[in-house]
Amino acid sequence: MSNVVSLDSIFGLGELAPPAAMPAAPEAASGCSSSSCGPLGEMGDGPADMDPAVWEKVKNHPCYSEEAHHYFARMHVAVAPACNIQCNYCNRKYDCSNESRPGVVSEKLTPDQALKKILAVAQEIPQLSVIGIAGPGDSLAANGRNTFATFEMLQKKAPDLKLCLSTNGLALPEHVDTIAQYNIDHVTITINMVDPEVGARIYPWIFHKHKRWTGIDAAKILHEQQMLGLEMLTSRGILVKVNSVMIPGINDEHLLEVNKAVKSRGAFLHNIMPLISDPAHGTYFGLNGQRGPTAQELKVVQDACEGGAKLMRHCRQCRADAVGLLGEDRGEEFTADKIEAMGAIDYDDEARRSYREHVEAERAGRHASKAAAQADVRDSVGTAVDPILIAVATKGGERINEHFGHAKEFQIYEVGPGGAKFVGHRRVDQYCEGGSGDVDTLDGVLAAINDCTAVFVAKIGGCPSKSLAEAGIEPVDRFAFDYIEESALAYFKDYAERLGQGVVQSRAGQDAVIRTGALTARRA
Amino acid sequence: MAYKIKSAECTVCGACEAECPNIAISLKKGTYVIDPAKCTECQGQFDSPQCAAVCPADCCVPA
Repeated sequence: MSNVVSLDSIFGLGELAPPAAMPAAPEAASGCSSSSCGPLGEMGDGPADMDPAVWEKVKNHPCYSEEAHHYFARMHVAVAPACNIQCNYCNRKYDCSNESRPGVVSEKLTPDQALKKILAVAQEIPQLSVIGIAGPGDSLAANGRNTFATFEMLQKKAPDLKLCLSTNGLALPEHVDTIAQYNIDHVTITINMVDPEVGARIYPWIFHKHKRWTGIDAAKILHEQQMLGLEMLTSRGILVKVNSVMIPGINDEHLLEVNKAVKSRGAFLHNIMPLISDPAHGTYFGLNGQRGPTAQELKVVQDACEGGAKLMRHCRQCRADAVGLLGEDRGEEFTADKIEAMGAIDYDDEARRSYREHVEAERAGRHASKAAAQADVRDSVGTAVDPILIAVATKGGERINEHFGHAKEFQIYEVGPGGAKFVGHRRVDQYCEGGSGDVDTLDGVLAAINDCTAVFVAKIGGCPSKSLAEAGIEPVDRFAFDYIEESALAYFKDYAERLGQGVVQSRAGQDAVIRTGALTARRA
Repeated sequence: MAYKIKSAECTVCGACEAECPNIAISLKKGTYVIDPAKCTECQGQFDSPQCAAVCPADCCVPA
């Protein structure tokens, strides 16, 4: 734990001022500078389309704001191993440090150990803004004892960190007052159904009021508790994100009804996630051949839900002990042994404060610059060209700043006449390890971004570049270290021109594979 | 008349400890154990033994 992180190293650019070469802001195009006014809708991260009080709560929260997720880090502490329900996509016996999915951890922590770990991580990672408790069981099972003990200490020791928790909702109504008392502003409820018939295929049993319930009865109780808890939270002004696991053939179409139901009860965000299913995980679904959705199947359901509760698409389905920016997991730097060896750790929020001030300064310029790029495309391309998908290699900061071979995921942007927006991410195995590329891994990357027209990278080697081009995906390194959205719009303008000339082909109709394996993994 | 925890299958989640009405369950050497002197199998207290009803690994069984 020797190196203190500098802001320079975070941006990798050696510059802390807002970018100098910024296109002039448009003449208040159609009276609205917010991207949410474009036909793509929904993307509006920013004060223009949001109650300022809500914006204040979410702007630095990586899980509640798509924009914030490029800049801010979260940390989950695994203090809540007990659970009160059984889900068919979860096997609580499974624990592997190479696996990234909810419900999985490497080390369970006591509240005291959690506090120390949080203080250690906060010193090392100035982007840290949020501490969440997400299990690995349910944060409110076993009376939420460890969860609230952790938050009580944290509130006193590190008041600048936001607290949040996630729950299946079964025990939520009885804990809403306590949640409000600890100033927990953000609660995530996993809601996979609003129809007990559907629920009975997802939940074999629940434990409620000193009894194990099964079948329709169990699903009915769970549903009622979830809806009641959601209403109680939103009526107190607590922001609620709803997570739904998309299970093809079980609740895929049903998620539209879930979206309506949670929106009408005041949910702030709806996060539809793909089922992670593999026989090796030992889950009921995994062992019985239930598959997860493809990338396009997921996108179809997400798109259909747009206009309802605001959609979240940047979820990385983190482990219950994840540390760092979404899309990275630095948990291994902070194992119990290493924390123990650190001795006493003081609370000092200076680095985090200056990082937050920097992001705040950069933000204002970014909104204007995105709007200008969007107006340019609208004026020059018109609306006749269909949007395309672009895969982006990034380390954060909304910039194209990762090498193709080093990327562990690609962020997917949809760009069209209505603007550029983040629509998801695809996890991949790192193509380049120890200086040489691996052909099998490259095939996996190609499958993961097969529905994309281009891939934006800071740098790329000759071999992968050739393979991508042969697969019909254009490798693009000319926007290295620039901002993603502005670059995507500039690319789209050029693409539309080339499409008109017949030089490039549309990739409409292509699908891609969602890789549900590890974020932290080496190749198997 | 008591229950026991099959330690090989226990995930050490502690759900049982929180539910036991007799404070019969505790963590000993990294695994949960039931004190047979305190365990009543929840008779007269609940419909069924609480540890067995809540256990995700179904490893709380009659001793």
